[in-house]
Amino acid sequence: MIEFKHVRKAFGRRVVLDDLDLVIPPGKITFIIGKSGEGKSVTIKNLMGLMHPDAGQIIVDGEDITRLDEEKLQVYRRKFGMLFQNAALFDSMSVGENVIFPLREHTRLPLPAMLERVEEVLTMVGLPGIQHKFPTELSTGEKKRVGLARALVTKPKFILYDEPTTGMDPLVSEMIDGLIVQVNRDVPGVSSIVISHDLKAALATAENIVMLYHGRVTLAGSPKDFRESKDPVVRQFFSGSVEGPMEFL
Amino acid sequence: MVMRTAELAVKWLGLETTERLVEIGKFFVYVGDVLNQSVRKPMRTSLVFQQLEFIGNQSLNIILITGFFTGAVFGLQIGGIFQIFKAEGLMGAATAKALTRELAPLMTGFLISGRVGSSMTAELATMRVSEQIDAMEAMGVDPVNYLVVPRFLASLAMIPLLCVVFIFIGIIGAYMTGVGIFRVDVGIFIEKMTQIVNMTDIWNGLQKAAIFAVLISLIACHYGLRASGGAKGVGIATTNSVVVSLLAILCCDVVITYVQVKF
Repeated sequence: MIEFKHVRKAFGRRVVLDDLDLVIPPGKITFIIGKSGEGKSVTIKNLMGLMHPDAGQIIVDGEDITRLDEEKLQVYRRKFGMLFQNAALFDSMSVGENVIFPLREHTRLPLPAMLERVEEVLTMVGLPGIQHKFPTELSTGEKKRVGLARALVTKPKFILYDEPTTGMDPLVSEMIDGLIVQVNRDVPGVSSIVISHDLKAALATAENIVMLYHGRVTLAGSPKDFRESKDPVVRQFFSGSVEGPMEFL
Repeated sequence: MVMRTAELAVKWLGLETTERLVEIGKFFVYVGDVLNQSVRKPMRTSLVFQQLEFIGNQSLNIILITGFFTGAVFGLQIGGIFQIFKAEGLMGAATAKALTRELAPLMTGFLISGRVGSSMTAELATMRVSEQIDAMEAMGVDPVNYLVVPRFLASLAMIPLLCVVFIFIGIIGAYMTGVGIFRVDVGIFIEKMTQIVNMTDIWNGLQKAAIFAVLISLIACHYGLRASGGAKGVGIATTNSVVVSLLAILCCDVVITYVQVKF
């Protein structure tokens, strides 16, 4: 389980996370939603230890990760697989080298076992046999899938998705959403955390949704809770209206 | 009104100074990290070899061409002056002395800064703005260990070697001008050169080249890792990296030369 307790993070005078309390249950697909600039990515970076909160605790599996030094954080990060918004594949490496990279860095598996695992995860994301290709030869959707394969290859406990469907056409978006569900179903014990402002995808895919507004949780619950919420901020986010309490930059 | 303006100016100056000091502090923390990681596991031998090939092998042509012409031109200039005093025989020695102590390390530093340093910054900056370095960190891999240390070690090994090549080819350039244009006797050219240029000169030149290698690689990677803001950010990082490297080389050159001459 992941728990944020009174987490605060500011950049200069701009407070992004303000006394944030958040619980992410294990084994489920949790969507963290909110409009741009509400601290979704900052939340995920704090969770990964790539950023450090100014105050508060982040408890992961009973351990306060804000107390870990850089060396321990590097070990801690191995619990996570992350799919970046633009996949962030290493463009100097082939697909196979990209996917095998975390295995080479963190395991002592013999090479044939690593190659077998690479083929296994590429098959899982629907792209078997493309190890020799380079990222520049792939479509945006394929890059995302390779990014997901790389995130999955070390069998992480948590998979983080940073805006996985932003800028995608509806077909690719649906395919990615389907993959998130498939991974959470097929990989035992894995928890999926998705950062998104795609409410439609959240309602269709999530088991748990957390909405951030002004650096705090406005509402956390199931998709049903969100559909039935009378909170004006949630209603405005649902309707996509410019009229309401939520201000636009 | 005047007081208010003065107060704002002092505040601005204070903030600017603080920011600069923080930046300098961060750079030294980064330098400490690179030095520390250079002697720690994991040693990434294959990545070091890739960089050795890139810095050394791929820079060889430009070093050969520049070295030859620098030696030849310097020989022409100095030979013309020595001819007035009927001392053309010394032009080889003077050129070799200048090459070993100053020209070769400085020119190698400038060339490598432009060719290799800019490339290192651009590559790392592109990786930074396209989240590749974030991905590396998210996978629990330290970018300093994976990206900076191999470049640092390879620069430290290769740039002094390129400096030696520069000296050698520069002397050939000077030899061709001396023997071909000023009709200096081959025996005299070599004899005077071996009399006047000694191992201390070569050692001093290599010391400079090694220090320039440290500066070029550390500054290039630092700017690359700290880039932000898309394609424009990559361009800014690359320009700043080359400008700062060149200035650092020139400033350090004065200090090193002073220390070498005085002590």
